[in-house]
Amino acid sequence: MSDIVFEARDLTKIYRTGEVEVRALNGVDLELYAGELVVLLGPSGSGKSTLLNILGGLDRPTSGVCRFRHLDLTRLDDSSLTAYRRRYVGFVFQFYNLIPSLTARENVALVTEIADNPMSPCEALELVGLGPRIDHFPAELSGGEQQRVAIARAIAKRPEVLLCDEPTGALDSHTGVRVLEAITAVNAELGTTTAIITHNAAIKDIAHRVCIFADGRIAETRVNATRVTPAEVSW
Amino acid sequence: MRVMAGISALDRKLVRDLARIWPQALAIALVLASGVATLILAIGAYRSLEETRRLYYTDHAFADVFATATRAPRWVETRIQEMPGVALAEARIARYAVLDIEGMIEPATGLAQSLPDHKPSILNRPYVRAGRPPEPGAASEVMVNETFATAHALRIGDGFHAILNGHKRRLTIVGIALSPEHIYAIGPGDLMPDHRRFAVMWMSEAALEAAYGLDGAFNSITLKLASDAREREVIERVDEVLSRYGGTGAYARADQISHAFLDAELKQLAALSRVIPPVFLLVSAFLLNMTLQRMIALEREQIGLIKALGYSSFAVGAHYLKLVSLIALVGIAIGFALGTWFGASLTRLYGKFFQFPFLVFERDGDLYVIAAALTLAAACIGALRAVLDALALAPAVAMNPPTPHRYGHLPGEASGAYRWLSQMTVMSLRNMIRFPMRAALTALGLALAVSLLVLSLFTFDAVEAMIDSTFFRSQRQHATINFTDDASARVTADVRNLPGVLRVEPFRNAGARLKNGHLSRRVSLVGRPAGTVLTQQLDLDLKPVAVPEDGILLNKRLADVLSLRRGDFVEVELLEGHRGTRWVRVTDVIESYIGLVALMRIDRLDVLLRDGRAVSGADIAYDQSREADLFREIKRTPKVNSIELQRRVLTLFRATLAENINMMTSIYIGLAVIVAFGVIYNSARIQLSERARDLASLRVLGFHRSEVARVLFTELALLALLAQPLGWLIGYWLSWITIQSFASDLYTTPFVIETATYGKASLVTLAAAIASAFVVRKRIDKLDLVAVLKTKE
Repeated sequence: MSDIVFEARDLTKIYRTGEVEVRALNGVDLELYAGELVVLLGPSGSGKSTLLNILGGLDRPTSGVCRFRHLDLTRLDDSSLTAYRRRYVGFVFQFYNLIPSLTARENVALVTEIADNPMSPCEALELVGLGPRIDHFPAELSGGEQQRVAIARAIAKRPEVLLCDEPTGALDSHTGVRVLEAITAVNAELGTTTAIITHNAAIKDIAHRVCIFADGRIAETRVNATRVTPAEVSW
Repeated sequence: MRVMAGISALDRKLVRDLARIWPQALAIALVLASGVATLILAIGAYRSLEETRRLYYTDHAFADVFATATRAPRWVETRIQEMPGVALAEARIARYAVLDIEGMIEPATGLAQSLPDHKPSILNRPYVRAGRPPEPGAASEVMVNETFATAHALRIGDGFHAILNGHKRRLTIVGIALSPEHIYAIGPGDLMPDHRRFAVMWMSEAALEAAYGLDGAFNSITLKLASDAREREVIERVDEVLSRYGGTGAYARADQISHAFLDAELKQLAALSRVIPPVFLLVSAFLLNMTLQRMIALEREQIGLIKALGYSSFAVGAHYLKLVSLIALVGIAIGFALGTWFGASLTRLYGKFFQFPFLVFERDGDLYVIAAALTLAAACIGALRAVLDALALAPAVAMNPPTPHRYGHLPGEASGAYRWLSQMTVMSLRNMIRFPMRAALTALGLALAVSLLVLSLFTFDAVEAMIDSTFFRSQRQHATINFTDDASARVTADVRNLPGVLRVEPFRNAGARLKNGHLSRRVSLVGRPAGTVLTQQLDLDLKPVAVPEDGILLNKRLADVLSLRRGDFVEVELLEGHRGTRWVRVTDVIESYIGLVALMRIDRLDVLLRDGRAVSGADIAYDQSREADLFREIKRTPKVNSIELQRRVLTLFRATLAENINMMTSIYIGLAVIVAFGVIYNSARIQLSERARDLASLRVLGFHRSEVARVLFTELALLALLAQPLGWLIGYWLSWITIQSFASDLYTTPFVIETATYGKASLVTLAAAIASAFVVRKRIDKLDLVAVLKTKE
């Protein structure tokens, strides 16, 4: 695991609203390695989502360096960041963010249409166990199914990294497990470097590594000597 | 926020909501303002002109009935004065004369009218702008109309030559005046007033009597009717009395040329006020509906909360109606200002075409009240559904998020018909069919903008078609010479001998009343020889037709008003020659857009009139290089009464119409742009608000800004394209209605819309739509990607 995908050095992010200054990230150092599954764990407001947004090219740090491979994300303009997301990053969000007017298959096709070497939408949906319901609209799917469509959409372009922000946050334990199974399957089968943000400590054991956030810093990093399968997790 | 002190909490929300949605509110207010402005513009100008005319007519005793004769003894005036139904009668001398003005090669025409000596005139009193009327008996003094004086920069003390009854005389200007009889001062045979070539000349009665050998006689009489008089009966009695003195048929004010032109213009203004404002009110009602529905959807939870706090449904409804009313009030205020300003400009423009000594600007409060009430009503009707939705929301339901919209497949999608479309396009299409009413109304709003443009631009096509058929196919003569009296056919030979004359085609005019049952029209029956080349008659397909050997040709307008068709017989009551009634068969109906045309072979007309062969004038073609010689000779020819110059008529016609149409077209283009902009801007803003989350998701997935904007604009572009044919259709229909209401006995407008006109209308609308899309595009660029991902829909 010496192949570094992300490298963050002394990242800070300060939000200013009027006279109020919020330090969301306060000197974060982090490396993510190829094929690794990392869980970023911490309470709300600890800075983990801010870090994920910076890694995903949705936001810029106030100071510090953030590299993806040899790409310095802090120096990219808006258009290059868009191209970066398009080519390398798959996102999964807490509220799925599916397009309601497109069916499951079409939501995935939305991404495969603009990707260089995508898998077919059906293949991606099969991978997350949604084969039979591919022609349903999001409103016709359950929360867990919608999230699995979101995962299929994120991985269909074979991204280098999969960034998941509270992927089980809106789901019950049983459904959440199925979503985590889909994520770990993608990580194992495609070797996609995966970062999962959660405040749910129960999830941490499925990762190779766990970074624990507090007050805008990584307070602790743990390597799981033995990982558990999602099926063994409950909350 | 000290300024907000004392304002209820709900009203504060209202003020802040308005501040938030101000661009949308302003776009709607501008569309509303356009409706108010056009209403006030058209009705205001209509009322101003009508009131100006009424006051002018009353103050200067404009007559009700007009009649001419060849020579009637003075005592006939008293006899007419004593007729039942006649309040006042005033006889005078009125004759056309050729004028020779220094520095002007072409001859002008003057209408010499006598003013009574030693007493003031009682009817059609001139308004003396400068100087004075001629002294009694002063044969060389003249008072001229203002526009003629202005056109030649003539002042009191200046002079010009006139050929009065064959004698050239120098006349000195002693006064400059206007007259209710010549508000639209138009020369014989002209289509537009030509101020350089037509003069009204008021002269001493004694002087004109002497000049025309009419001592103790008159050839024109005007009447004021008693309030209980029956116009038709008086006309019949006058005709009876004047028939033995060469009377050519009395006519009512409605047929007086200046009055008729002004009437036609007023009719057009009235038509304008009926056609245009409803379009704007309709569009603004729909825009308000769309905007308010979205606002209420966004504020669903707030509405629930407000109700849960104890506010009644009524209070919530009133809150939103207040918002709508405020937008409407802004629109009304802008509309008032614009309408008043445009109205005054339009009235002033009319003041250039129509000669009034003063202009009354009507600013009746009722017009403003009606405009405001109509606008408020349209706004409230537009808002009604959205407000009812807000009323119906139960607090508990309202505070939960709405059920997500369910989308469906496109019709025929199962067959794979849309497989070649990108998912982005599919998104746009599904969204469109998910909200079909909104899509339809957006398309309709744009279509109305297109139709307004078609309506305003087609006037150019119509006028060009009119010019083509009139000047290039039908009346191709270089000039038309009118003789002082019906001359013997020999005069034709004299005209042919004039310098440079290449071809002469004589014609004869005779006053007649054409009747079909209770329908009747007073016309000038025209007789022409067979095989004319300079003038041609065109059938309804604009193909040349010969003047038939027997029977009569009527133009479409005359056939229509008399309800006659080819093959019918028309009753011809001759007002000249051996009077009496004859029945003549209508051989064909022809197309002629100017006036009422009744045409037959000149020899048949001679037979009909039973007074031997005579000609009233001749159409001529001449060698343009010898024009100066020809005009010099014509100015010396005693028999010539007046001369019409076709090319000058055409130039003037184009220039005058261009000025008039250009102003109206500019206003219309501005208004159509406001509509197109308002519709697209509001649609795009609402869509953006509804789909911000989808669009931000696309950006996160790696779509560029331009690609994301395309999703929003594909739908609007599709609707804009769909709107074009619909707009053309509505424009065609509005133009047709307008043409119908513009038609008068003076002229009808051909209904022609060139393909390019539809193209131009679409281009302007699409340009406005694209401009508004650009404004919204800036907002797409500012989408907050992170915030959108953190919120549940």
